[in-house]
Amino acid sequence: MARELLKGNVAIAEAAIRAGLTSYFGYPITPQTELLEYLSARMPEEGRAFVQAESELGAINMVYGAACTGARVMTSSSSPGISLMLEGLSYIAGTEVPMVLVDVMRGGPGLGNIAPAQSDYNQIVHGGGHGDYHVIALAPANVQEAIDMTVLAFDLAEKYRSIAVVLIDGSLGQMMEPAELPPFKPLATQFPEWAVRGAEGGRERRFLSSIYLSPPEEEKANLRMLRRWKDVEANEIRYKEYFMEDAKYVVTGFGSSGRVALSAVRAARAEGIPVGLLRPITVSPFPYKVYEELSKKVDGMLVVEMNTGQMLEDVLKAAQGRTPVEFYGRVGGIVPLPDEILTEIHRLVEEKPAVGGHPRDRWMDRMIKMN
Amino acid sequence: MNTLEQDLEKLVYERPDTLVETTTHYCPGCTHGVAHRLIAEVIEEMGLRDRTIGVASVGCSVFAYNYFDFDFVQAPHGRAPAMATGVKRTLPDRVVLTYQGDGDLASIGMGEIVHAAARGENITVVFLNNANYGMTGGQMAPTTLPGQKTSTSPSGRDVETAGFPIRASEMLSTLDGSSYVVRRSLHDPKSIRLAKKALRTAFEVQIRGLGFSMVELLSICPTNWGMTPVDSLHWLESNMLPYYPVGDYKINPIVAEIKI
Amino acid sequence: MPPKGRIEVDEKYCKGCELCVDACPQDVLGLAAERINAKGYHPAELIEAGCTGCGICTIVCPEAAITVYREVTKAQGNQ
Repeated sequence: MARELLKGNVAIAEAAIRAGLTSYFGYPITPQTELLEYLSARMPEEGRAFVQAESELGAINMVYGAACTGARVMTSSSSPGISLMLEGLSYIAGTEVPMVLVDVMRGGPGLGNIAPAQSDYNQIVHGGGHGDYHVIALAPANVQEAIDMTVLAFDLAEKYRSIAVVLIDGSLGQMMEPAELPPFKPLATQFPEWAVRGAEGGRERRFLSSIYLSPPEEEKANLRMLRRWKDVEANEIRYKEYFMEDAKYVVTGFGSSGRVALSAVRAARAEGIPVGLLRPITVSPFPYKVYEELSKKVDGMLVVEMNTGQMLEDVLKAAQGRTPVEFYGRVGGIVPLPDEILTEIHRLVEEKPAVGGHPRDRWMDRMIKMN
Repeated sequence: MNTLEQDLEKLVYERPDTLVETTTHYCPGCTHGVAHRLIAEVIEEMGLRDRTIGVASVGCSVFAYNYFDFDFVQAPHGRAPAMATGVKRTLPDRVVLTYQGDGDLASIGMGEIVHAAARGENITVVFLNNANYGMTGGQMAPTTLPGQKTSTSPSGRDVETAGFPIRASEMLSTLDGSSYVVRRSLHDPKSIRLAKKALRTAFEVQIRGLGFSMVELLSICPTNWGMTPVDSLHWLESNMLPYYPVGDYKINPIVAEIKI
Repeated sequence: MPPKGRIEVDEKYCKGCELCVDACPQDVLGLAAERINAKGYHPAELIEAGCTGCGICTIVCPEAAITVYREVTKAQGNQ
């Protein structure tokens, strides 16, 4: 199939259709709305279900119902909308039914703004909703990856009876790039043994719920979900490395941050600085081991994010003080420029910061002086 | 056929097979049980057991899925109409019903029910109105009557501070998407018969693809009302019926042609 | 002659709520004062003759605990 110029949000929508999306439910919110708009036309065209819900609360619970049938289902939203969906996400996780969620992040907290940000890292990676649950979160950095990861998200969601999130920021949602769409997958005709689709042929009734009134049963359910999560951690960690063979310093960031950082790393390499880039694809499960191993051999790490240091905490947890970690972030809808990151690379290499203290504090001091 | 000399007897009524053979968690006399039985009877009589999917809600009916012998899912509080929408849009040839109490439907889930009705969602909603939150111990509900004492309106619902009860059937009947919206009561045998007929009609509406159907059932809550079941029936009759008159609030003209 | 009937109460389900006792048009139902079921309730039962098998008790029963039979005369049986 030929490459074509595609907008991130639209590319994800079409990729989902080709991956066998049966039912989509959504609600308008910038910078995600093109996804909803595109599917409002395309889903009926394919004879599939599309509903514009009354709210994100409505949308996620429609997804919940549809997911219980074992069909491929998806919703998409942006940060404030995801907040509203957290109730449903916790229920879906607790019911162990698969779904795909696309989060096109924007500036926050609160109403924030509609500019690109990575402010939902904690909300997605570290829970958000109540109870112990994990979601698989994939962080593409370009339109082609967004397409590929949308397809992958459906497969992983089904394989692990899990929520799979495609986590992008507004810039990737709005960006147009040449990319290739996947071939059409036929819609499923076989459904899992847990799927609630009516007790056809007089089979025994099934029910799906997140309720376990007996504490020992609830504990058992939690442990079952945790065991499954351990399998995800063992099998599904994905990341990309650039210029890492001889790197003494590592820049790391997910999604757009990683993408911008790559330009800075290239520029630094041109100056002869031995720096590489580690870009996690799965931010959940987070590649702790990869960072842990790196922390044993590099002279410093720079974490770049479009928030005030959310993934930073996971990097620090993995590095465990073995190597200096610095942080550079832009927030409120500002995308960092390669030059800014290059300056931070210079600082890391020249100042050789200590291991102690908190990189966020040092970053904050610099930002306050700048503003 | 029957030429035997001795007297024979015929079976007038037995428990429907669509009710699971288990005791319920409901309090003695609670009319949730009556509503369950009526639904089970209708599903059985219409031969829908193999293609019905129920959506349970949160409240006393949270365990409804334990009692019906067909497929069920369990919704978050108030979200049953949204969840039912997801099921029905994905499996349009199945029969989808929600079973919701008044706290679930008329308070926390008001957004979901209004929009499901407005969309003409082809589902059937069974709405139990017992004028309080039963499961949590009898707090004031949106349906609690003016002056009615509950655990959160200990001096009686003061409309000056707590507002007025919501008549959900009347409200939803104003929406063009609703096809069949009626209120019935479970306080005496005649009313129960009419309630069953309404449930039958509601499922017929769904099978014919005519859109949103809802049967509100006035119900008793003896434990939280602090009365015997029999006294509760009388209380319903003299207090709830005047505020929540039984009646047909929305009958789509095509629905009127359905003969049962 | 009114028709003759009988009921069977499945005591596993009965919670002794007395809705059937109150509704019975013949006034022939009562709670078994001397007996309790597994849940600790006095179950409903026929306490005297006169059941017509009208089925009103099943209509009001929240537990679907009652099965109703009605005798069939020969004339009816031949229909």
